[in-house]
Amino acid sequence: MTTLEAVWRIESARIVGALTRYTGGDLDLAEDVAQEAVAEALVSWPRDGAPANPVGWLLNTARRRAIDSFRRRAARDEKYALLAQEDTDGGDGHLWDPDRIDDDVLALMFVACHPVLSAEARVALTLRTVGGLSTEEIARAFLVPVPTIQARITRAKKTIAAAQVPFEVPPPSDRKQRLGGVLSVLYVIFTEGSTATAGDSLLRADLAYEAVRLARTLAALLPGEPEVFGLIALCELTASRFPARTAPDGSAVLLEDQDRRRWDRSAIRRGLAALDQAAAAGRGLGPYGLQAAIAAGHATAGSVAETDWDRIVLLYEALGRVAPSPVVELNRAVAVAMASGPAAALLLVDELVARDRLPGSYLLPSVRGELLKRLGRTTEARAELELAARLCGNARERAVLIRKAADLSALQDE
Amino acid sequence: MAKYMLIMRNTDESQARMMSTPMDEMIEHVGRYNEELIKAGVLVAAEGLDDPGQGVVVDYSGETPVVTDGPYGETKELFGGFYILDVTSKEEAVEWAQRMPGFPGSKCEIRRVPGIDEFPQDNEWIQKERVWREQTGQL
Repeated sequence: MTTLEAVWRIESARIVGALTRYTGGDLDLAEDVAQEAVAEALVSWPRDGAPANPVGWLLNTARRRAIDSFRRRAARDEKYALLAQEDTDGGDGHLWDPDRIDDDVLALMFVACHPVLSAEARVALTLRTVGGLSTEEIARAFLVPVPTIQARITRAKKTIAAAQVPFEVPPPSDRKQRLGGVLSVLYVIFTEGSTATAGDSLLRADLAYEAVRLARTLAALLPGEPEVFGLIALCELTASRFPARTAPDGSAVLLEDQDRRRWDRSAIRRGLAALDQAAAAGRGLGPYGLQAAIAAGHATAGSVAETDWDRIVLLYEALGRVAPSPVVELNRAVAVAMASGPAAALLLVDELVARDRLPGSYLLPSVRGELLKRLGRTTEARAELELAARLCGNARERAVLIRKAADLSALQDE
Repeated sequence: MAKYMLIMRNTDESQARMMSTPMDEMIEHVGRYNEELIKAGVLVAAEGLDDPGQGVVVDYSGETPVVTDGPYGETKELFGGFYILDVTSKEEAVEWAQRMPGFPGSKCEIRRVPGIDEFPQDNEWIQKERVWREQTGQL
């Protein structure tokens, strides 16, 4: 990494944020001129040495490009004529305003995660404009061709311009909902990065780190939002298991089989601290906070046996109330099996089957198969596991299910 | 991502300047810098050390260790405190170090902090350390 890359990594959100405000909310233009400044720096810094104030250099260069652009567009568009005029009064055009820079970064986050955009577009635009990742980096992390990401970002910026999305931190009336949108984008980035079994693992770990970093930034800029801390806690506690979740041959290790000594204690400590922050608001935990509390239940238990499963069941019940989903119900059933035994859990799972809540999912038959196995109903268990294997799209997990089913056949034959 | 320690190294000169700077001013400078680190989502830990005049030095040059009251005496540099940052590269850590409010005469050394995972896991001392880290929630 060069000095330029390091500066860009630290400052890109503030540079693009300040420039977007400067250009009257034109994110597309702001990003273009910022990239032009970076391109210029790539040539001149190695030649003349890095400037004493690299951020100021980038901003001023980008600003000159922006003014050129204002002038070119002035004839066609009154807005740019006004901007070009405003700037002739000298000074730095209040480009770098320390009192506004935090809001600029926040506004950038909210715009990049605006509901007018598709989920995919939000993720790409956030990583590009707020995270400062290059199109190539995003493409590699998501295993998607570079032109696809490029087109996605271009289209996203056009959509924002066409919808006239204002460059601002949303007013309190829709703050909660819009914040939910930002959090879900960060969580998608995190989960994408935390999938251990696909893609370049190093890059993907960087992606997970990026999500945590952006969530920390969000918490610092927008204090007093418990769900931001809930998300940080969830990410930290999930990430704490990364060192233990893959076997030397690259296969996934289930939670119950993980060597807990390999869990990252400092990540757990940070996660628990963030969870305390989320709870301290006294408004009850939201969906992220509750998932984090469940993760904390595992993180602080010495083993599967020592886990407070009754508490985990209660947390899943609470999660099912604030964010109802069949997957949450299935997870609750798994926790019930641990707390009260397989019979009670099977009732819950059978209810999900009866209501056809997870059609086509391999998770349901795989959990049902496990429960039946524990109840000694071997023939039914084998049929369920075989069904699960047929439905499962992931080769490695399918192999595990087939092996489990085969083990049961052996049991029967004895 | 990796952890880097930013080690603040003062000299008698910079230490004297620091001591003569009003406390409020010092706190504000450092506070602003810390806030930048927090907003960037990279700050993991930080500590500053007390007056080196209150320190003690143990010297292992001879056959038996020799204990003298600090400051170091002939040593030119005084360890002043540290930051631990969670960043993607050494260059990013260096960039942050350049922004640290430093007094003329002081220096900052940037060193990577290896994770315990980088040591041989079958070594019993490493295993013991792991247990201790678990029990105390160390980095």
